Amino acid sequence: MLSTVAERIYWAARYLERIESTARMISIYDNLLFDLPRSEKLSWYSLITINSLDREFNRQYTVRDERNIVKFMLGDEINPSSVLSSLRAIRENVRTTRDVIPGESWELINELSLYVQENMDQGIGRRKRHEFLDTIVKACQQILGFWVGTMPRDEAWAIVMLGLNMERADMTSRHLDVGSAMLIEVADDDQAVNSVQIILGTVLRSVHAHQSYLRSTRSSVSTRQVIQYLLDDRSFPRSLGFCLNHIEASCRSLPNSKPLQEKIAQLRQKAVEEINEEFSPQEFREYLNRLQIRLGGLHQTIANSWFPANP
Amino acid sequence: MSGLWNDYENNNFYDELLTPSGNPRVAARQLVSYLGGLSPDEIEARKLAAESTIREMGVSFTVYTDEGNIDRAWPFDIVPRVITRKQWDLTSAGLQQRLTALNMFIDDLYNDQKIIKDGIVPEFVLKQSKNYLKECEGISPKFGVWAHICGTDLVRDKDGQFYVLEDNLRVPSGVSYMLENRSIMKRVLPEVFEKVEVAPVNDYPARLLDTLISLSPRNVRKPVVTVLTPGIFNSAYFEHAFLAQQMGAELVEGQDLVVQDDCVYMKTIAGLERVDVIYRRIDDAFLDPEVFNKDSVLGVPGLMRAWKAGNVALANAPGAGVADDKVVYAYVPDIIKYYLDEDPLIPNVETFLCYDDKQRQHVLENLDKLVVKPANESGGYGMLIGPHSTKKERETFAGLIKANPRNYIAQPTLSLSTAPTLVRTGVAEPRHLDLRPFILQGRESYVTTGGLTRVAMKKGSLVVNSSQGGGSKDTWIVDTSGKETK
Repeated sequence: MLSTVAERIYWAARYLERIESTARMISIYDNLLFDLPRSEKLSWYSLITINSLDREFNRQYTVRDERNIVKFMLGDEINPSSVLSSLRAIRENVRTTRDVIPGESWELINELSLYVQENMDQGIGRRKRHEFLDTIVKACQQILGFWVGTMPRDEAWAIVMLGLNMERADMTSRHLDVGSAMLIEVADDDQAVNSVQIILGTVLRSVHAHQSYLRSTRSSVSTRQVIQYLLDDRSFPRSLGFCLNHIEASCRSLPNSKPLQEKIAQLRQKAVEEINEEFSPQEFREYLNRLQIRLGGLHQTIANSWFPANP
Repeated sequence: MSGLWNDYENNNFYDELLTPSGNPRVAARQLVSYLGGLSPDEIEARKLAAESTIREMGVSFTVYTDEGNIDRAWPFDIVPRVITRKQWDLTSAGLQQRLTALNMFIDDLYNDQKIIKDGIVPEFVLKQSKNYLKECEGISPKFGVWAHICGTDLVRDKDGQFYVLEDNLRVPSGVSYMLENRSIMKRVLPEVFEKVEVAPVNDYPARLLDTLISLSPRNVRKPVVTVLTPGIFNSAYFEHAFLAQQMGAELVEGQDLVVQDDCVYMKTIAGLERVDVIYRRIDDAFLDPEVFNKDSVLGVPGLMRAWKAGNVALANAPGAGVADDKVVYAYVPDIIKYYLDEDPLIPNVETFLCYDDKQRQHVLENLDKLVVKPANESGGYGMLIGPHSTKKERETFAGLIKANPRNYIAQPTLSLSTAPTLVRTGVAEPRHLDLRPFILQGRESYVTTGGLTRVAMKKGSLVVNSSQGGGSKDTWIVDTSGKETK
């Protein structure tokens, strides 16, 4: 497979996952605010911080209110991670790899782009936001479902899985980060115990993990177990450990992957070793920060191994 | 007659669907009656369905403007254009005849130049041609074929006869739109396909792949075939990606390829992989910065060396455009006669060569009636359409012709045929159109079933180019044999 094509489908997979994740993040956050006691003043702005978008946001907006933040995350053209920008990127990447990606998914991506452009107001306003975000999540799953059902398990598939699991690992760490940030905000409150339950439930839901968590741990939601589950569970497809295992498996089926396999092994070892059950929320956030930097390094190694050298 | 056809007047032109008395032509009978039975709202609904299908299918073309490149949805009219099988078979044979002769001509030009020595084509024609490449002299590609993919423009005049308007032998585009037009049509008017025997068009990508594979210099079981595109900013990028996908070929840009030891390789995740055939959609001038345009970043340094060494096939071959010259065009009937000893099955449009004193005099005296074209331009640019021109434009062209007579030809203004085209809700008016079939030549030759019909959307306009406001229609080849007895 061409190196340029590898790079493009890797990003197509990452953006697809990012769109779904962003849509779900907003949707879950929206829900959470209904559930928390009114005294809790959770700010929408943590969505910006968690996604490392402070600079881009503050360049354009002064008021950090819900409307601006949701608009920035969904429909902003300057924010490279907004749903709109991600869709544009995925469309461009799929358009230039139509010889590898199943042709029908090109149509599905066009449909989704048109839908998002035409209905952006629904996402920014509150009344129909849920429906709008839900449609996006479903469309992403439909596209992914199409790939799962039709793509041969060849090199292109390995690259798609690589991009998908890299983005999932990254996003799971960000969802955990959202949760810890909220836990810090509510820590001093009278009703904190109740709020902690709600927040942890939210984190699980935001990565589709709520149901499987309950079935697998057979216990109520606790901070320690949630962290353990989302970082190290072997069977849940969005846990960090699961994603790293699959990144490694994808690498094995690609040429010249020795250095990368070693790097992944290192990363996994460190990530697991450093988990401390007694983490304070602040320490946990620092841990997540280190993890995100390491994932960034992993991406760089992937790029060096298979993507075209930057001219 | 009813509905859509109530007020349809096709004036003095040959109409593709209706006879002068307003009756449907044989091949269009079911179509005309079906569309006539729809209410204006129903027709509008189909039109809107076509538009949204086009957006969803992402069928687009790029327009270059001062503000940047804009991706526009492909303009499409839902009323198809219909041709009988019988007429098409004749036309198809004529196209194969023409392309066979043109390829023999190109091969001769770059080798013995017999046709010039025998005085059939004057030597200056070659000298003045911008598309003649000295670098190609002495080379004879596999099967002696230089133009493997050709998109010939045909027009129908008042008499209903097809004429060849121009031969596009360089990097003709449009075939993907022909294929997509049919997909759109099947979604929008599925009922009609049940009633009418419309010949399918979708074997083109497979035939194109066969043609390309037949050119492979290496005798391997699965030669590596690539489509070389200038990239997403090219107006035909949609088509490049579409064809690569339909053939299962690799879509590459110049930066994906590298030449080592006169062989072409592509950069893959496993290292370099040898390339056998390149269907290039880049103009000659940009193919190889070592030989042609030094600043080209679109091409591949060393590509010409690899091609000359016979280590890679290029389709179309560099230099094939020499026959894609409007002065050469005027000689095609002689070229067919010279190489094949046959009369052309499809006539040329009458053409005046401005280098000839007598013919130039005629052109200068009749500028208001003629269409003047520069010899080496395509896309409808740099033309004078006499009857629609101002005095000032005619004076400008008279100056241009006198300054460089060899660079201009002139043709009578044709009465291009028309077909009903939706202009507003429930109203069809005649609009002028042409037809671009695609001809393949490698080990075997092949002609598309029909082609891409382009239509001038403005009333009275003859300009069908999509970059200048033209639209398109699905083209139906319909078998009418035996219909009369039913």
